[in-house]
Amino acid sequence: MFVNITIPNWSDFAHFVPEAIMFGAFLLALMGDVIVRGRKPVVPFLITLLGALAALYYSFASPPVGDAGVLGSLVMIDSFAGFFRIVFSFVAVVTILFSWSSEEIMGSTREHKGEYYALIALMTGGMMVMAEARDLVMLFMSMELVALTSYVMAGYMRNSLRSTEASLKYVIFGAVSSGIMLFGMSLLFGMTGQMTFVGIRDALVANPVNDLSMLVVLIMIMAGFGYKIAMVPFHFWCPDVYEGAPTPVSAFFSVGPKAAGFALMIRFFFTVFQPIVDTIDWPLMIAILSAVTMTYGNIVAVKQTNVKRLLAYSSIAHVGYLLMGFLLLTPGGLQAILFYLLVYAVMNLGAFMFVSAINNSIKSEELSDYAGLGFRAPWASVMMFIFLVSLVGLPPAAGFIGKLYLFTEVLREGWYWLAIVGVLNSVISLFYYMQIARAMYFEKVPEDAPAVKIAPLHYVTMALLAVPTLILGLYWSEFKAIADQAIAGF
Amino acid sequence: MVIGLNHYLILAAALFLTGAAGVLARRNTLIMLMGVEIMLCSVNIVFAAYSRALGDMSGHVFVIMNFAIAAAEAAIGLAILVAIYRIKRSVNADELNSLKE
Repeated sequence: MFVNITIPNWSDFAHFVPEAIMFGAFLLALMGDVIVRGRKPVVPFLITLLGALAALYYSFASPPVGDAGVLGSLVMIDSFAGFFRIVFSFVAVVTILFSWSSEEIMGSTREHKGEYYALIALMTGGMMVMAEARDLVMLFMSMELVALTSYVMAGYMRNSLRSTEASLKYVIFGAVSSGIMLFGMSLLFGMTGQMTFVGIRDALVANPVNDLSMLVVLIMIMAGFGYKIAMVPFHFWCPDVYEGAPTPVSAFFSVGPKAAGFALMIRFFFTVFQPIVDTIDWPLMIAILSAVTMTYGNIVAVKQTNVKRLLAYSSIAHVGYLLMGFLLLTPGGLQAILFYLLVYAVMNLGAFMFVSAINNSIKSEELSDYAGLGFRAPWASVMMFIFLVSLVGLPPAAGFIGKLYLFTEVLREGWYWLAIVGVLNSVISLFYYMQIARAMYFEKVPEDAPAVKIAPLHYVTMALLAVPTLILGLYWSEFKAIADQAIAGF
Repeated sequence: MVIGLNHYLILAAALFLTGAAGVLARRNTLIMLMGVEIMLCSVNIVFAAYSRALGDMSGHVFVIMNFAIAAAEAAIGLAILVAIYRIKRSVNADELNSLKE
């Protein structure tokens, strides 16, 4: 009955610098907000911005070397975690910068705006831990940390019915799916007697359990991950939450927690199921999920009139593309996922931020109100056009390269029908993305159209995203190498 | 009759289904949140039972973590419910339909 407990060594915390910075920034920002009595949001803003910049710098300057399992067996700091640290701290920096000029966040209806920045810092730290977890306890704790924070952030505009309603739907869906996932995890623990991913895999290889119970456990665990990344059939919350939440928050949700969910999913499934991938019909299951997810997302997106909701459905479709890399759990497929996540983070964040910047002036997200934006806000519209081209997956933007790698992997593994479904889906997506472009450039400016004024900070942040979207499409090999190396550490 | 592992698992499965039915069938969001809590409790029973059967403490650790998380989840859920009640004067899930295409 006694267990061998490893006491965590203080020196272990040397591996946790970016996480420690983000959690520290969270606490300092909360305290700072209290000290200035919620009247000067610039204090928490600067604290979290500096924290995120420091974390970004640190993640670049000293990437993890080798693979250090720290805090006993709970987390694993390797190059995979290092890759996601860079992605998450970059996303945090951009979101924090952008939110400062956003009406929805900084408008006069809400006091204690510092809480918003503090929550972003907390969530970024949580996402970093998600990419490092290698134990069921840590998996659950980090997922819940991110989830609980995001419920609060979705309901940030607490006087708005839409925002609170989005948040309530998020809580209920989230809690149910994490309950289902937990039940699956408890059965997995019962079948193997292990908590670490590696231990579970070894136990499953040593004494295989019967296929049916494995399938039940797999589906239950998939419910939790599927909810996190908004995969069909666990996607119902996604359009409502993205539409109801403040737009900078939706932007953050659509890339941050989603990428973190993928990171955790990659580590969990690659470690646990890779040796037994053939016994459980895994490739067929993933192929069907992927095809259904992308087709559903794209087809429903076509008839949307609200741009935010359209982008929500498009993000579901992108999850479908990303799932293609999971087919055989080969390193090549996972590398393609990682690279696409990087590209997706940049382009999708950009598209949402354009919506938010426009919403600042015209207070609407309806497609019909976007008429003639190309002439009312020329520079911002050019950047939006770059994001849209990249989201479709056309050269020379980054989305093309990302999709190319994913499709190549699918073809190499011999799943031709899936590749065809993927290409057909890209054609459907061309239609609705270009509807936005058509409204911006080929529709007359209405007589009574309100003037569009875009804050300088919004230009800066959108350029911070538009330039990488082009660079990644032209000089991708360096970045692909980083993604490749991240998987090589496994 | 000796109460063994299977009895605990059956109890847990029954609780889990009760909770899930509560979430799916009831339209009052307060009851739905209660259903979720029951689901989380059933997980605790499974972990504790297996932990005892396998002689491995790590399941118990998980249970304690799960308590804390479930409490936090309930706190946030109720806070959001209060916020929505202030605006709408109702917590019925069918009336919350301002977000539709």
